[in-house]
Amino acid sequence: MKVKIKNGRVIDPASGEDQIRDLFIADGAIVDPHKAGHEFSADSEIDATDQIVCPGLIDLQARLREPGEEHKASMQSELAAAIKGGITSVCVPPDTNPIIDTPAMVHMIRQRGRRLEKARVYPMGALTTGLRGETLTDMATLKEAGCTVLGNGDNIIENTLVMRRAMQYASTFNLSVFLTPLDHWLRGNGCVHEGEISTRLGLPAIPEAAEVVALARDLALIETTGVRAHITQISCARSVEKIREAKARGLNVTAAVSAHHLHLSEQDIGDFDTRYHVLPPLRSLSDRDALREGVSEGVIDAICSDHQPHGLDAKLAPFSESEPGIAGLETLLSLTLQLVLDGVISLPEAISRVTFNPACILGIDVGRLSPGAPADVCIFNPSLEQNINVGDFYSQGRNSPFDGSNLAGQVTAVIVAGKVVTI
Amino acid sequence: MPIEIKNSSSQPLQIDSAGRLLHFLAIEGLDRQRLLQLLDSAAQFISSDTNVRKSQGSLLAGHTVVNLFFEDSTRTRTTFEIAGKRLGASVINLNTSRLSTRKGETVLDTVRTLEAMDADIFVVRDNSSGTAHLIARHVPPHVHIINAGDGRHAHPTQAMLDMFTIRAHKGDISKLRFAIVGDILHSRVARSQIAALQILGAKEIRVVAPATLLPTEIEKLGVTALTDIDKGLEGVDVIMMLRLQLERMEGQLIPSSQEYFRCYGLNQDRLNHAAPDAVVMHPGPMNRGLEIASDVADSDRSLVLSQVTNGIAVRMAIMAELAGMNKE
Repeated sequence: MKVKIKNGRVIDPASGEDQIRDLFIADGAIVDPHKAGHEFSADSEIDATDQIVCPGLIDLQARLREPGEEHKASMQSELAAAIKGGITSVCVPPDTNPIIDTPAMVHMIRQRGRRLEKARVYPMGALTTGLRGETLTDMATLKEAGCTVLGNGDNIIENTLVMRRAMQYASTFNLSVFLTPLDHWLRGNGCVHEGEISTRLGLPAIPEAAEVVALARDLALIETTGVRAHITQISCARSVEKIREAKARGLNVTAAVSAHHLHLSEQDIGDFDTRYHVLPPLRSLSDRDALREGVSEGVIDAICSDHQPHGLDAKLAPFSESEPGIAGLETLLSLTLQLVLDGVISLPEAISRVTFNPACILGIDVGRLSPGAPADVCIFNPSLEQNINVGDFYSQGRNSPFDGSNLAGQVTAVIVAGKVVTI
Repeated sequence: MPIEIKNSSSQPLQIDSAGRLLHFLAIEGLDRQRLLQLLDSAAQFISSDTNVRKSQGSLLAGHTVVNLFFEDSTRTRTTFEIAGKRLGASVINLNTSRLSTRKGETVLDTVRTLEAMDADIFVVRDNSSGTAHLIARHVPPHVHIINAGDGRHAHPTQAMLDMFTIRAHKGDISKLRFAIVGDILHSRVARSQIAALQILGAKEIRVVAPATLLPTEIEKLGVTALTDIDKGLEGVDVIMMLRLQLERMEGQLIPSSQEYFRCYGLNQDRLNHAAPDAVVMHPGPMNRGLEIASDVADSDRSLVLSQVTNGIAVRMAIMAELAGMNKE
């Protein structure tokens, strides 16, 4: 199968390329344009005039709900939603049911993903058995089964000694650890940012310190163990500072933020609108601005969807009893492009935050358009606006606060492993 | 250009486009004029003239009021029941633990079932903040919701009866200084009182509690936060005590009831810091010897019993307003 993408603006953050040219794909891989020449006989041609051609998006954190919560969503629906959003690779946290703490689970999820022939699936292995934070998983075996990174989902490892040993052992096998900093005690039963809104609405709050305390602890352990670590999500200004400082000190650490945290704040909760119930919580406007600055500086390396599809009932409850999360696969690209419109970053930088950077964090060879690389490509029209209607989502989750908003960017074609994916 | 978010709360829930009161969910969002009008209309229901009462006896005739209490309450539920009955409505009391509803039926299921039985007004109490709002968002337009307390968020009828009582005993609220003392963190009463006092233009509002019981950024609600009760009471005209729920304290928010009473309990000495004619209020039930000394609670400065009586009149006025009966 040979594909020629004609006349698009090719943006490849890995090489820094940004120019209008044709992109050639053969046998599932990107072809050197100098070698393709006139004799390249494409089986199919895509006209990408006035469109952007970039690596397929890589989402560092998306819950597909399968296995374990198929009443909310399935891999089939969610991987189709990913493709609709221009996402060609998703990393799945280990908190499925059963938990991804055995090679069998890794194989099962990868195989099921491959069979669906939509986006690629990268299962994240559990750091501790059952995510209980007590004993280490067979990390080397998980790596052999195909895990490139390990994490503990939203279940923080409370025991600092176990945390330290998990980091040491993971580093032994050159595995990255994904950490979600949230102190169990300070989080309590909180559901919103501790601040003006929690005080006005009388909702149990999660102080900023719940994140900062846990992050400080994790950074100290990352420093002593030398493990390569990725902070899956940060939500406040102080965390941006902490990561900035850690990077300046040479720690081997990266960080991501969810797309919605870059656009929303606690103010949007209004009269208990449960669509804004997320974890970590939406924080103050100044936190949001600091996160944007972090993304623009590169202190925050990647933007993820933190996709969490829910059935309707999950959000039809009093705020604190509703389930946290936003179905974000289909808005990740648009929300990232919005940062360009808002003057936060340039278009190539924005694209790097959802392609090349997450690929490096996951240690996978996609996310670039260099010759020989796997041909995962996203083609989108940046100037086409779309009115978000959750009724049109491919995801089974309709829980998006962006319902009814006009967002920039429309995906026109997605290629995975050299094949145009239809949804 | 930032994204324009379509927020569900951009459309106020409590008031329709013609300015009519649809639900009574929170003090926030109501204006001074409406609060005063409700308080004035409550005054009509307080009259001891039996003729006035009789003529009101049919205001809500044919209406059904459902007291839907997911959380225990005797005082509030009873006053709502009396208020409904005095207006001629049929009143149904439903005390149901949400532990049982949570297993299968959701809050909304329960409400829809009752709605199908033709209820007109739901009086809702729940231990989660926002439950009354959630229900109000999902009922048809002819059904009205009164919030009788939602979690830590709001208890607007309590705040209204407090305002009524203050006006009756102390006159114009805009000339008075207030201190709200106790567990501000968990108190829906305090939040609604603060909102009502703000809207009615109180001269000064102070909140007094140890730091563990003061919510973050409480100053943004337009109050002064103090941890020293003697300073907090200095020169105030009205002291509004809150009930301390010991079972919530876990030995961490306050170490012991003895220490709390020593540091924050309202006794005669402390009362002397306030203005000479200051009055003391409490939403009840009182913990004597914990937040308030018995001699203060029973003194002629205490308005506690008058608050209860006024509660019925205020709730009658709110029900009548929601049923559209206050217009003539």
